[in-house]
Amino acid sequence: MSSTAPSKTLNLKLRIWRQDGPHAEGSFLDIDADQIPVDASFLEMLDLINERLIEDDVEPITFPHDCREGICGTCGVMINGQAHGPEKATATCQLHMRKFRDGDQIVIEPWRAAAFPVLKDLMVDRRAFDRIIEAGGYISAPTGTPQDANEIPVPKEVADTAMDAAACIGCGACVAACPNSAAQLFTSAKLAHLNVLPQGQPERWKRTEAMVETMEDFFGSCTNHGECHEACPKEISLDFIAFMNRDYIKSKSKNRSLASQ
Amino acid sequence: MMVVLDAKIPDGPIAEKWDNHKFSVKLVNPANKRKFDIIVVGTGLAGASAAASLAELGYNVKAFTFHDSPRRAHSIAAQGGINAAKNYRNDGDSVYRLFYDTVKGGDYRSREANVYRLAQVSLNIIDQCAAQGVPFAREYGGLLANRSFGGAQVSRTFYARGQTGQQLLLGAYQALAAQIKAGKVTLYNRSDMLDVVVKDGEACGIITRDMLTGEVHAHSAHAVVLATGGYGNVYYLSTNAMACNVTAAWRAHRKGALFANPCYTQIHPTCIPVSDEFQSKLTLMSESLRNDGRIWVPRQIDDARSAADIPEAERYYYLEEKYPSFGNLVPRDVASRNAKTVVDGGRGVGPLKNGVYLDFAAAIDRDGVEAVRERYGNLFDMYERITGEDPYKLPMRIYPATHYTMGGLWVDYNLMTTVPGLYCLGEANFSDHGANRLGASALMQGLADGYFVLPYTIGDHLAPKLGDATVPTTDPVFKEALAEVDQRTRGWTQVKGTRSVEHYHRELGKIVWEYCGMARNRTGLTKALSEIPALREEFRKNVKVLGRPDGVNQQLEKVNRVDDFMEFAELKVRDALHRSESCGGHFREESQTPEGEALRDDENFAYVAAWEWQGPDTDPVLHKEDLAFENVQLTQRSYK
Repeated sequence: MSSTAPSKTLNLKLRIWRQDGPHAEGSFLDIDADQIPVDASFLEMLDLINERLIEDDVEPITFPHDCREGICGTCGVMINGQAHGPEKATATCQLHMRKFRDGDQIVIEPWRAAAFPVLKDLMVDRRAFDRIIEAGGYISAPTGTPQDANEIPVPKEVADTAMDAAACIGCGACVAACPNSAAQLFTSAKLAHLNVLPQGQPERWKRTEAMVETMEDFFGSCTNHGECHEACPKEISLDFIAFMNRDYIKSKSKNRSLASQ
Repeated sequence: MMVVLDAKIPDGPIAEKWDNHKFSVKLVNPANKRKFDIIVVGTGLAGASAAASLAELGYNVKAFTFHDSPRRAHSIAAQGGINAAKNYRNDGDSVYRLFYDTVKGGDYRSREANVYRLAQVSLNIIDQCAAQGVPFAREYGGLLANRSFGGAQVSRTFYARGQTGQQLLLGAYQALAAQIKAGKVTLYNRSDMLDVVVKDGEACGIITRDMLTGEVHAHSAHAVVLATGGYGNVYYLSTNAMACNVTAAWRAHRKGALFANPCYTQIHPTCIPVSDEFQSKLTLMSESLRNDGRIWVPRQIDDARSAADIPEAERYYYLEEKYPSFGNLVPRDVASRNAKTVVDGGRGVGPLKNGVYLDFAAAIDRDGVEAVRERYGNLFDMYERITGEDPYKLPMRIYPATHYTMGGLWVDYNLMTTVPGLYCLGEANFSDHGANRLGASALMQGLADGYFVLPYTIGDHLAPKLGDATVPTTDPVFKEALAEVDQRTRGWTQVKGTRSVEHYHRELGKIVWEYCGMARNRTGLTKALSEIPALREEFRKNVKVLGRPDGVNQQLEKVNRVDDFMEFAELKVRDALHRSESCGGHFREESQTPEGEALRDDENFAYVAAWEWQGPDTDPVLHKEDLAFENVQLTQRSYK
């Protein structure tokens, strides 16, 4: 790529959280990050920093990442106290350095939540999310030959709502942004996706009760701050939390009457 | 070991092969299924759907992923859609047409029987996914919507906005989660599979490294299923996720599984061009964009004007001009190669002159901004975030990038490799796409293999083993494999060289892209065959891996993968060199038509090239599976 004019660069002051393991004490490492190209993504900036650390025989920073297209949900760090950083509706991997200014200080930390213990540096353990899905975040349709797909018509509006909710990438920014470390946005997104669809009706009430109560085993309570929505890279709507609360209350009586039948 | 390639294609007319086969394979009684343990490595579309379906049948499944959660597998990034021969649009689609299109699109280098079965079960996939609650796009009447995709002459592609892969994967992941909850699947997350264990010629287990503690573990089972994705990251830059690798397939290859057609790689035409040396990966823009976008470059060489300043008459709509019937919707290999031709000819656009325009001005004029936003809004947003340019105002800049790999472990009709008991599904196998994959067919194949093929065929291997215990992990074969993996992994931290793992991966990628990318020739491939071993030797002597082998160490995870890519790359180049014809994504400059299109040599190359490992310093042995075309007539592909 030698034919290119040198791209614009930034000189930044980074404070990056380093922690050797789940039980180790962590601390900030201060790094002068010079000559960071504005066209680099945030994670490519970390790649560059790591290359420089390796050159200096310092163990590189562990950070979670994979697809770098904003869809796998693997990445995510607190950037100056904001989950996924300053750009709205953007996962860390899709954030680009042109959103920062020369001389900026950037504090980079892992998600902070009791349910997401730090594994190393910027990497946390989010398995609690999988426990919520396992509790009922599915429609039981064993592989076989269900009826023809077009025999279950789904009104376009309903399919669109389900898709809006299903767009969640499970990154955990909602929990990290919440002052209570609550997982209402994540849980309600999956619940709403399945509960609005006709296919999801038979298990609706059982699913709701199980998922909400599993969520409460791990995470804090929602007090309607709305920080989750602000941080969400997929802009999942707060309406789904209201939907979940309503379904949860209903589920208590529905499940009782179902059990007595 | 004497290798005999027996594809085990059932007899009978093509439309009846799969039904006949399902009846003739051995069954395991429902009450006996719980007596069998099956290992499934990988939790993408193929792996998650297989693990869930096998567990539903009653088998004990151990599922492995190197991610923190099964939902992270790279299937999640597929954008455009999934094909199925439903003929919901009444536009003349059929199982036969999907079969025909796939064989033709694959440039007659796939196995007819497998492809026909794929087209057949495509119908079941859509039904299955709809029943799971996958939020497919719908018409106002509530029925499923379709679009035409990637050059198909019928509308057979089902989609969930621009996130079809995500929604299908979440469907499979949720089915898997239900089985984990039911206790039928044990999930091992953050587990990196580093070897396949073989005893008396049969697969009996795997070795994994716990990525949190660094400990290596042995796992035993009656059958091992690899659903571990493709090898596109051999190019360093690709649209694959950062962790995608060839390790599972390569380790299986070293243990006796033949590797088929490693030179077949799909270079996807619509990706965002490289912008700088620091670039870590390339981003795909769904090719559904080609439905409405018009591809062009300036007619004038080295034209420095901005797109808006170039008048209509001076724009070269090269696909529309060369291929009036398919236009911008020619198959991927044709679109990619033509982009390379115009860019190499000095007509590239953008600051590095390394792209072509994909222009939506006509679609916006015709249908309005809102209609275009409805169709492609999320893709346009993604483009703007990455490039800082607004595609509603400026044409997008695109260029081809490595995207999918059609080659993979050789499997028979049952999806079993040449190692008995070792199966391979999805992108990791070679079976269905020939030398080029059609758009929206990867999701179809992954789910076909996992939901509807393996659950039937695996019984044939297991049924005779009723009552057999698995090989205990205390057996010497496991102990040796454990020691070898542990030693290999720990060894990297002792090299104490001077260059990073990333550096060597990048260098390898440059060689493979330069000589074994969109166009290949004998001179370049021969050069690559000498450069790769030299680089590998330097890498092994001079790579720097810091940190401890115990505990989280991302460099250590990567160095094993790059090491395997270093060996694999050589095989890939060797395969490309031996196949002196052009076919599909494999374009040999020596073999082209007068118009510059790929020229096949059916007389000499209508076979699957399956390579057998002979040891680290010995050339691999080539085995050939001849391809018989009884239902489709071989023609020179033409999209004019």
